[in-house]
Amino acid sequence: MSETMIRPYGDTLNDGMVQLSFTLPVENGPKARKAAEIYVSKLNFKDIAVVHAERIADNFTFFVVYARAVPTLDYSEVKPAEVEIEAMSFSEINRLIKSKLNRPLTVVGATIGSDAHTVGIDAIMNMKGYNQDYGLERYPHINACNMGAQVSCEALIEKALELNADAILVSQTITQRDVYIRNLTELVELLKTENLRDRFILIAGGPRVTNDLAKKLGYDAGFGPGTVPSSVASFLIVRILEKM
Amino acid sequence: MAKLPLNQEQIDRVKDLARTVADDVQRFFSRHSSISVERTVLRLYGVDGVDGEGIPLPNRLVDLWREDNDISSGISRSFARAVLTSGKDPQTTAELICRGKITFNGPNKFSDDAIKEKEGELVKRAVAALDATRKRKLEKIEKHPLPKQPWRYLIVATGNVYEDRIQARSAVMAGADIIAQIRSTAQSLLDYVPYGPTTEGFGGTFATQANFRIMRDALDEASEDQGRYIRLVNYSSGLCMAEIAACAALEDLDILLNDSMYGILFRDINMKRTFIDQYFSRLICSRAKIIINTGEDNYLTTADAIDQAYTVTASQLINEAMARNALLTDDLLGLGHAFEINPQIENAFLYELAHAQLARQLFPEVPLKYMPPTRYKSTDIFYSHAQDTLFNLASVLTGQGIHLAGILTEAIHNPFMQDRYLSLRSIDYVFNIARGLGDEIEFKRNGFIAGRARQVLDETESFLKSIHETGLMEAISRGQFAGISRPVGGGKGLDGVFEKGPAYSNPIMERLEEDGVLHE
Ligand code: B12
Repeated sequence: MSETMIRPYGDTLNDGMVQLSFTLPVENGPKARKAAEIYVSKLNFKDIAVVHAERIADNFTFFVVYARAVPTLDYSEVKPAEVEIEAMSFSEINRLIKSKLNRPLTVVGATIGSDAHTVGIDAIMNMKGYNQDYGLERYPHINACNMGAQVSCEALIEKALELNADAILVSQTITQRDVYIRNLTELVELLKTENLRDRFILIAGGPRVTNDLAKKLGYDAGFGPGTVPSSVASFLIVRILEKM
Repeated sequence: MAKLPLNQEQIDRVKDLARTVADDVQRFFSRHSSISVERTVLRLYGVDGVDGEGIPLPNRLVDLWREDNDISSGISRSFARAVLTSGKDPQTTAELICRGKITFNGPNKFSDDAIKEKEGELVKRAVAALDATRKRKLEKIEKHPLPKQPWRYLIVATGNVYEDRIQARSAVMAGADIIAQIRSTAQSLLDYVPYGPTTEGFGGTFATQANFRIMRDALDEASEDQGRYIRLVNYSSGLCMAEIAACAALEDLDILLNDSMYGILFRDINMKRTFIDQYFSRLICSRAKIIINTGEDNYLTTADAIDQAYTVTASQLINEAMARNALLTDDLLGLGHAFEINPQIENAFLYELAHAQLARQLFPEVPLKYMPPTRYKSTDIFYSHAQDTLFNLASVLTGQGIHLAGILTEAIHNPFMQDRYLSLRSIDYVFNIARGLGDEIEFKRNGFIAGRARQVLDETESFLKSIHETGLMEAISRGQFAGISRPVGGGKGLDGVFEKGPAYSNPIMERLEEDGVLHE
C-alpha cells in the first residue's frame, strides 16, 4: 500500500480496527447478536466481534462491536473542511487594518432565530475572547457590535446597514431538525431579496458549522468548534482587502 | 453525614438578608397582576380548549375582556358574572363569549352578592381540583414508595410526545426515578400555552396539558410495572409560569422548573412580569404538591463556577425565601446548583465537593437539584463519561436530592436511548459502591474544602448585603447574576403587567394565601 493510502489504526498499521456502538430495535438474545454481526457486515466490515450486547429496554438491545474496515483512502487527495487562513497575531491584524484599510473595520454579530446560545458568539466578539485570544471588541481598529441571541434576521440586517458594517457574523448552536440550516438559509435569502448579499462578508459559526456547509449555504466562510477570534479577524481583513 | 464546620450565626444572617430581599420584591408584586395570572384564574375555573383559529380560550377571553373593561379589577368577577348570565358551566360560558353570544359587558341582571357567590363556587371548584391532585399523588406514592435519594433524573427530548413516551419507558426500565420531558426551544417566549398532543418540537416537546396527561399516564403504568413511583417533570419558567403550573397541577405532575431568574437572565423576560407570575405559580405548586426546581445551575454556563459560586448560593437563599412567601415547604424546594468547574483546574473536584456540601448544609431538608457538568463537556464521549462518573461520586457523597443524569453525549446532541442507559449504568455503579462514603469520612477543620466553603459563604454574605442595599431588580440590571444584565423595564412581557385597582379580585390567590401551609 502506498504511503498516502490509509485505514483506521488499532495496534498495527492498516489493521483497519474500528469500534462501533449502536442500538437495534430487537430483544436481546442469540438472534439479536447475530443480527448485529450481519448488520455490521453489511456496512462492509470484516472480522466482526460483537463483544457486548445488553437489553436496554423492551425490544431494544445495545451493542459494542469491533471490526476491521476494508476501504482505504488516499490521504493526499483530502481537502480540509476548515477555512484556510494564515493566522495573524492581534498586533499584525491591527497593523494591517490601520495601514491598508485606513478606517475601522465594522462587524455586527448575533445568534439568530429562537436559539438562545450566546457563549459562542460572545467568545468571538466580547473583549475577553476565547482561549487566551482576545475577542473582536478588544481590537482598537475593529468596531464590534454584538446583538446577543434570539435576534431576527431583519433586525440583524437593519443593524448592519445602520452601522455600515463590513461583515455579519452569525452563530447557531441548536441543530435539531436542521433548524440551524433553516435559520442560516433564511438570512442569506433575505439578503439576496434585498440585493444586499454582496454588500457584506457573511460568516457563520457554531459547534456543528463547517466551512463546507457555510459555503454551500451561500456564506463566505464557516467556523466550527475551537475557533479563536484572531482566526476570524485574520479572515475578515484579508477578505476585505481582496474585495477592495 | 460528614459536616463542614460552618458558622451558624453567619447562616442565620444570610437567611435574614435573603428574606428582606425577597420581601422587598414581594411588596412590589403584591400590588400587581399580569394577563397570564388572569388566564390562570380562568384555567382553574375550568376554561380550556382553543377557538377556530387555534387560539387558547383563556387568551381569547382575557383579550376580549381587556378591550372594554377596567383591567385593574381582574377578570374573576367579570367571568363569574358571565357564568351567571349564561346559566351554563365555565367552559360553555367561555365558548359562548368567544362566539359573541354573550359579552362581558352586557346588561347586568345580577346583584353583587349573587356574583360573589358564583365566584365563591368557582373558587371552591378550583381549589378542590388542586387538593385532588395532591391526594392522588400521595396515594400513588404510598402505594409505590419513593426510592432513596439521590433520585435519578433523566430527560426525554424528542419533540414528539409519543416518541417521548417510548423513551421515557425505556429510561424507567433502565432505572430512572424521574423523567423530565424537555420543552421545545423558545416556548418560554410564547404568551400562551399550546393546546393538544404535539409531535413537532425543537430541542424538546411543547408543554401542553394533553402532553402532560399522555406522559403521566405512561409513567403511571411504568410505576406499576417497576413498583416505584416515577415522577414527571416539565418546565414552567417563561411567560406562562402560572398557567403551566395550573395545567401541570391538573395532570398530576410532580416537579416543575420554576424560576423567574432563569427567565430574566437566559430568556430576556421582563423581571416584573415574571416575578408576579412566579408568585401565583408557586402558590399553585404548594397546594398541588409540586416540587419546584430552580435554575441556579445555569449561571455557571456563562459565569465562572469558582469566581461566581457565591451568586449561586445567594440566589438559592433568595429563591428559598421567595418560595417560603409562596407557602412552599422544604420537601418542595428543589434548589439548583451544578458541577461545572473547569476540569483543567487542579483540585476542581475539591471545589465541587465544597460547593455541594455547602448547599447541603445551608438547606439540610430540601431535595437539592444537582446538575451534571455541561459546559466543559467534551465531544470526546469517553472523557465526558469519566467526568460524569466523578459527578456521580460527588452527588452520593454529599447526599444530593434530585440527581440530573450526566450524559456522555452532552456536547453533541439530545440523549439517545443508549446514552441514557450508559449514564444510568455509571450512576448505579457509583451510588452502589459508595453509598455509605459520606457517613464514613470527615472534612478537615482547616482543610481546603472547609476553607473554600467558608470563602463562598463570606462572599455570599457581602453579595447579599449589596443586593439588600440596591434591591434585587437593580442587582439584576447591573449584571450581577450570570454576568448578564437585564434592565428593569426591558425584556418580553412587560405589556402584560398591570397595577391592581381597589376593586381587584383574585379569590383563588386569596384563598390559597388564607389557608396557608397545609399540614397533613
Ligand atoms: C451553555 C449551554 C446552554 C445555556 C446557554 C447560555 C447562553 N447564554 O449561551 C442554556 C442553559 C441557557 C442552554 C439552553 C438550552 N440548550 Co444548551 N447548551 C449549553 C452547553 C452546555 C454549552 C454550549 C456552549 O456554551 N459552548 C461553549 C462555546 C464557546 O462553544 P461554541 O458555541 O461551539 O462556540 C465556539 C465555536 O462553535 C465557534 N462559534 C460559535 N458561534 C460562532 C459564530 C461565529 C460568527 C464564529 C466565527 C464562530 C462561532 O467559536 C466558539 C469559540 O470557539 C451545550 C452542551 C455542550 N457542552 O456543548 C448545550 C446544548 C448546546 N444545548 C442544547 C439544547 C437543546 C438547549 C435547549 C434547547 C434545551 C431546551 N429544550 O430548553 C435550551 C435552549 C433554548 C434556546 N432557546 O436556545 C443542546 C443542543 C442539541 C442540538 N445539537 O441541537 C446541547 C448540545 C446540549 C444537549 N446535548 O442537549 N444551553
